[in-house]
Amino acid sequence: MAGTAVKKQDTAPAVDLSAWKDVWVFIELERGAVHPVSWELLGEGRKLADEIGSRLAGVVLGRPGAETAAVCDEAFAYGADLVYVIKDDVLGDYRNQAFTHGVQRLVRKFKPDIMLLGATPLGRDLAGSVATVLRTGLTADCTVLNIDPETGCMAADRPTFGGSLLCTIQILNYRPQMATVRPRVMAIPEKRPGRKGEVVEEALDLQEQEVITKVLDFIADEKRDEAQLSFADFIITGGRGLAKEENLQLLWRLAEVMGAEVGATRPVVASGWMTPDRQVGQTGKTVRPKLYVAAGVSGAVQHRVGMESSDRILAINTDPHAPIFDFATHGVVADIVQLLPALAEALEERLGQTGENQGEEVK
Amino acid sequence: MHSVVCIKQVPDSSQIRIHPVTNTVMRQGVPSVVNPYDLFSLEAALCLRDQFGGKVTVITMGPRMATEALAKCLSHGADETILLSDRIFAGSDTLATSNALSYAIRNIEKTSPVDLVFCGKQSIDGDTGQVGPGLAWRLGLQQLTYVTKIERFDTRAREITVHRRTEGGVQVIRTALPALITMLEGVNEIRFGSMEDAFRAAETDIECWNAGDIGPVDAATVGLKGSPTKVKKVFAPQPRTEKARMIEADDGTPRALADAILDVLIADYPTLLDDIKKSVATRRAEV
Repeated sequence: MAGTAVKKQDTAPAVDLSAWKDVWVFIELERGAVHPVSWELLGEGRKLADEIGSRLAGVVLGRPGAETAAVCDEAFAYGADLVYVIKDDVLGDYRNQAFTHGVQRLVRKFKPDIMLLGATPLGRDLAGSVATVLRTGLTADCTVLNIDPETGCMAADRPTFGGSLLCTIQILNYRPQMATVRPRVMAIPEKRPGRKGEVVEEALDLQEQEVITKVLDFIADEKRDEAQLSFADFIITGGRGLAKEENLQLLWRLAEVMGAEVGATRPVVASGWMTPDRQVGQTGKTVRPKLYVAAGVSGAVQHRVGMESSDRILAINTDPHAPIFDFATHGVVADIVQLLPALAEALEERLGQTGENQGEEVK
Repeated sequence: MHSVVCIKQVPDSSQIRIHPVTNTVMRQGVPSVVNPYDLFSLEAALCLRDQFGGKVTVITMGPRMATEALAKCLSHGADETILLSDRIFAGSDTLATSNALSYAIRNIEKTSPVDLVFCGKQSIDGDTGQVGPGLAWRLGLQQLTYVTKIERFDTRAREITVHRRTEGGVQVIRTALPALITMLEGVNEIRFGSMEDAFRAAETDIECWNAGDIGPVDAATVGLKGSPTKVKKVFAPQPRTEKARMIEADDGTPRALADAILDVLIADYPTLLDDIKKSVATRRAEV
């Protein structure tokens, strides 16, 4: 398959592991905004770096100008010791070829031990390419990252077998050890404005005419209809225990009183009762609200990995042995069809007693 | 116009059960299906063939039984199928898999040049989405992931324009062939094949290649040996160390239970009602 001007070279697996140091986090800058998962990963990267006694670096690729410089400062505020930056007009829009080229150049030159990327559309597109070009290992959608005290390697937990079990994956003889983590799996670290770090600037060494893909247009989403689960403080999720599609209205009613987003499990989405943007779990959204109400949710692993970081989990299920009770903070053995309306009513009264809420129309 | 569609045979994950005592996967009796994400890519390839002519070749790497998945693709209307099956490929992670598949696709190219390679967005069992990008870089293909629409296909200029999903919107991009496409789910619906396709699926002997057929394959770069990622252990998640506080009400009515729930929650989370009010107000302001 000739005809493409892709710059690449094969490398043998890294043998001298000691040459590879530092923890890197790819800072996802797209269309002028940094994806918050980048800051979440700096928080996690900080822990890993401290554990192995290395530095934490951010990697920023973007167009020249103030915007890219500001992102470097923000990376320091979130815990980076240094930032590797490539500024070039070729990097104005995300394109796989240009970004892969830039990132692999930095990796070959500065040799990170660990490299983390967000499991976003951009991060996944990029990570798979970079790992292939570098001939190294990549673990997708990790939920827990640790350093294995025996080997000093990263031990990454992720769901397996379609989300019914977890596994721990290690990359022992290849570097860097690459991993992606989904948004909201890790907490955003405390921001310390004014914290300083070192900026290391590198050239891209790729001309626009060498980049085969051209961006013609960008059609922004209309935000209104999309469920905003990731950053919601309150979420009520319905599972198989809903039993009937009509019972969805019980969720909506309580959600309205509670100022909550409505979520759904995989079976509920698969049955077409709710849209995929409301799915919570491994193949849906990862959430960390202040209170998560799991209504008729059994608690399969693929669901658990998407919501177990919630501050509090109230599980309502008729089956006292449902796995959800193993990781909920509060549990109630009850039928949601009866309990949800009572809960909406009781909550509405208490809200009314303490203030202005006068009740409202049912959706 | 020649498209190669890479598919994977996966266990139907909705039917996987975990043994309650041993915490191991009970695979017996779990039916296998074509990875559902792959079918969106297969349909996109079939549509291009219908419009521009040529053929669609479907390939998979797996055990002998994966011929069933390939037969299924024939019944949907695919023209040719190849099973890549060899013990040296067993245990491949995504890096090793993309390597083995790239050998096979280069071998396909010897007899029939390839314009597009399609993969599923990800598999439902591994969920990584890494094999597509891996193949693109190994074969020097332009990488087009999360495609929602193939807008323009210019056979003369050998260019393709697609819409691809990104965070917050859709990127419209144009690139040169050959390219690798992963289609986003839900953007089309796999067709029922014709009666003729069904017969063909039943009668065709699926072509099977081993490592020797696509070689020489460097054994250190495929299978378990060629896989940088190692599975240390598989486990069921542990229950929280602190048990869930179970809430009950003396009087078993739903209302009494609801009040008991709120009492416990507020005791544990004193600003609950205030936070709810704030959230209600914010959500109203957004509408």
